[in-house]
Formats: sequence, C-alpha cells, structure tokens
Amino acid sequence: MMTRQASRLTLFLLLAPAILWLGLLIVLPHVEILVLSFSERVAPRVYAFGLGNYLEFFTEPLYWRTFARTAFMSILVTALTLVLAFPIALYIARVAQGRVKAILLLLCLLPFWVSELVRTLGWMMLLRETGVVSYALRAVGLADQPVELLYNDGAVILGLVYGGLLFMIVPLANALESLEPAVVEAGFDLGGSRWTVLRRIVIPHAMPGIVAGSIIVFMLTVGNFATPVLLGGKNGLWFTEQIYAQFITRFNWPQGAAFGMLLLLLSSAIVWLGLRLTGQSLGSTLKQA
Amino acid sequence: MNRPSLAWKLYIAAFYLFLFAPLLVVAIFAFNASPFPSPPWRGFTLEWFTGSGAVFGKPGVLADPIWLDSIGNSFKVAIPVALLAVALGTVNAWVLERAEFRGKTLLAMMMLWPLVIPGVVLGISILAFFSRVANGLEDFFQTDLDLLRPGLPLVILGQLSFILTIATLIIAARLRKFDRSLEEAAFDLGASRARVLRTITLPFLSPALIGAGLVALLMSFENFNTTLMLVGSEPPLPITMYGQMREGATPAINAVSLMLMLGVGGIASLFALTSKAER
Repeated sequence: MMTRQASRLTLFLLLAPAILWLGLLIVLPHVEILVLSFSERVAPRVYAFGLGNYLEFFTEPLYWRTFARTAFMSILVTALTLVLAFPIALYIARVAQGRVKAILLLLCLLPFWVSELVRTLGWMMLLRETGVVSYALRAVGLADQPVELLYNDGAVILGLVYGGLLFMIVPLANALESLEPAVVEAGFDLGGSRWTVLRRIVIPHAMPGIVAGSIIVFMLTVGNFATPVLLGGKNGLWFTEQIYAQFITRFNWPQGAAFGMLLLLLSSAIVWLGLRLTGQSLGSTLKQA
Repeated sequence: MNRPSLAWKLYIAAFYLFLFAPLLVVAIFAFNASPFPSPPWRGFTLEWFTGSGAVFGKPGVLADPIWLDSIGNSFKVAIPVALLAVALGTVNAWVLERAEFRGKTLLAMMMLWPLVIPGVVLGISILAFFSRVANGLEDFFQTDLDLLRPGLPLVILGQLSFILTIATLIIAARLRKFDRSLEEAAFDLGASRARVLRTITLPFLSPALIGAGLVALLMSFENFNTTLMLVGSEPPLPITMYGQMREGATPAINAVSLMLMLGVGGIASLFALTSKAER
C-alpha cells in the first residue's frame, strides 16, 4: 500500500514524540545533573571537574546521616505497611464476596484519589497540640494538658504508612485473588495449622504482589517530601529536603545535583535488588500495581 | 479461612476508621465557626467558603485572591498537561502496539523509567537542564527566555515527563484489545486511511482517551514534588496549601480541601464509569 520510504517517514514521525519526550525531559536532564554533580566551584562563576560534592556528602555528618535515616525509615515504613495491609488484602481477596468486596476495595481507593496535602492536613489536625486527639484526651480526662503528638518520628512514620497502604493493598489483593481455595483446604486437610497454611501456602503465593507492593511503597516513601517535612517539622530530616535546600534555598546546584544522583541511586538500587531477589521484571511488577 | 474471626473483623473496622479519620476531620472543620482549624466546635458556618472576611478577619476561599489564583494556576497547568498527554500518549501507544522496528523493546522499557525516578529528582534535573539551555540561547540570541525559567510552562513540562508514561500505558492497553479485522474490512470497503482512523479506530479508543485525560488531569492537579522544584511566582494549588500549612492556616484551607475532595471524587467516578464502559 505504501512505498518503503513513505513508511519509514511515517515511522519516524510516529517516533518523534517519544524521542523528544524521553530525550528532552528524561535523558538529557539526567545527563545534566550527572555532569553538574561532578563540577566544583574553584572561583566565583568558574567551575571545574571534581568529586568535591560527593566528598562533602561523606564528610558532613548531617548529610549522610539524613541519607541513612531516610533509607532506614523507608524500609521500616515499607515493612510496617506490608504487615498492616496483609490482613486487609487477604480479607478483600478471600473472605469478602460480591458487593461487600467491591465496596471494601472502592473504600480503600477513595482516600488515595485525594491529594497528599489534604491527607497530611488531616493528620496535622488530628495530632497537633491543639488538635482533635489532644482535645479528646483532655475531654475524657486522660490528659490534663494539651498533648503534642506532631513533630516526631512516630508522626512521620504514621503519615508515610498511611500514604503507602493503597499501593500495598491493591497488588496484594490481586495476587491473593488467584489462590485456589482447594489448595488452602488441602493444607488444612493435611493437618496444617492456620499459621502453617499462611506461611507455607498463602504467603509464597502472594510473593509477586508482596514484591510489587513493597517496591512501589519504598519508592514513594523515599522520594516523599511533604509528609516528613510537615509531620516531622524540624525533626523530619528527609533527604529530599536536603536536595530542595541545596537547589532552592542555598542555590548550590552542583551539591544538590550530587544529592539527587545519590537519591536516584538509592531508589534504583533497592528496586533492582528487590526484583533480583525475587526474579521479577519491572514491567510485570508495574502491571501488578 | 472462610470464617473470619472476630479479631480480624474488628481489625478491618478499625482500619477503615483509620483510613477515613483524617479526611473526615478536614471536611468537618471546614464548617467550624472559629478562626483556627482546630477544636472546640463553635457552630456551623459557611464563612470559610464564601465569607468576605467581615466575621473572622480573614476571607473565605471564594473571596480570597490567593486561593482563587492558585486554583486558576492549577487549571492553567492541568489542562495543557491532560491534552498533551492524551495526544502524545496516543502516538506512543501506536508505536508500542503497531510499529515494528529495531530497539522497540528498549524504547518500551525507557518509557517506564519516569515512574521509578523520584519526583524531586525529575524536578531538579529538568530545572537544571532547561536553565542551561536558556543560558545558552540567551547568550546566542541576546534576549531573555523566561519560558524556560521556573514558572508554569516548566511545571507543565515537568509533570508531562511522567504523566505521559501513564497516559501511554492506559491507551496502549486499550489498543491491544482492538480487533484489526475491523480496520481491514473498512479498507476493503474503500475507506481512506484517515477515514478509518476517524470512524473506526479513534471511536474504539475513545473510552481510554477520556480515561487517560481524566487521570492526567487528576495527577497534574495533585502533583507536589516535581512542581515544587519548577514553580516560579505563580503557585498551583498544592504549593499554596503547603505554604499555608507551614505557616498555620485558617479553616479556609479545610474549605479548599473539601472542594478538592469533591472535585476529585467527581472526576474519579467519571473515570470509573469510562473504564466500566470499556469492558
């Protein structure tokens, strides 16, 4: 129908948006911050190649401690989210039937269509000194003065777990959905206790969902900004905040670029490790979610 | 396992309470007749929506230029992002599903990348790259290029960088289900390529196009991380909310949040309806 040359031209035109998009908005910008992260200021407005920004990261305790803290707390948040979400996903996938099931799943989805800022505002209103929880505690006589529940690690973890739950429940429920009831029954018939059946049959079957959910929750948590800053206040100390401070507040772009590369490295390394350990591919993992 | 224990049921109930408590608190206190967004309850008012500021000294959302401008800025970003995401996402979906060329697997994989890059890193990389481009072009042409400096056009590009992946995936999923014999039949009946596209293929894709547009609209409206790095002097809604939350806001922020929840709920149910129509 078409000559070879015409079809080549068509292909080129069809490919143009993808190439412009990935080239101008993804690849070149990342090359730019990679280059920027290796440049040092040697004199005003004069920059030279050097490892100074990365050295600064390792020598200044505030920076690497914030980085380690962000990584550690993100792993903790991911684990907590998994533990909290598993019974819910199991209930939605295995126990609830028909209409109840659809409603339970929809109710899970609803809060996550709402902006992260609105959800964080809700937690701030609940937890702060003049907030709802503090007020209720005083009303029932459990406290005789206002209680400050905000601006500590507990509040940060709470907010981050809350934000991650949906991204854990949906892949878990999807994975558990395909578990044959007969297999579970066979486990009980062979004398397995509830715990044995859960550990030997249900959890191995849910593994793809566990991996997908954990990877997504980890990525979202490590890259979060608003939740740790707003719920943690001065004690939030999240690595994204350091990137923001270098770029926007201090205008030290090379340092901020180095931090950005480190965050990207951390996030990619954990995703890669998670996929490697469980033999999943990125495409199928994202499809789970 | 099919007979859930009482403890399990109680856990489910507690979980859903936990899920909705923050949203309910935000919604309820939008109507509290108090200058602060906190208890005690001082009576019902609509002052934080429509009030001019005569009662509490601070205006409600619909009379406050700060909020109105932010909502306007959000639309100025979200509408172009949604339109571009649908248009370019359709072309990308076509490339993924129909075209054959070397390196297609690599391209398909690269299209997923934006989803695994933290939003803050996307923001700073685009900021740094476009500043360099702007500096280069300004030296060359000896003019100011504000378009590439932090501001709404850059926010649009930053959000598009990852929203386009999602639009592409939604549209490609629909295109995969398309029965190509329908197109062949139309060609056999003498239709031109453009006509087949217009009367057969695009109508089939339309639920996915609308769905992708709505999702893009929502994601753009709610994006915070990438936007924060690229914003200039015209903040979209989430940036203004963030600023107010740090400084301590009036219940007007609850009112704007409630309006956002209702708007988002409306769009989400529209999306649910279009994806139901697909089946």
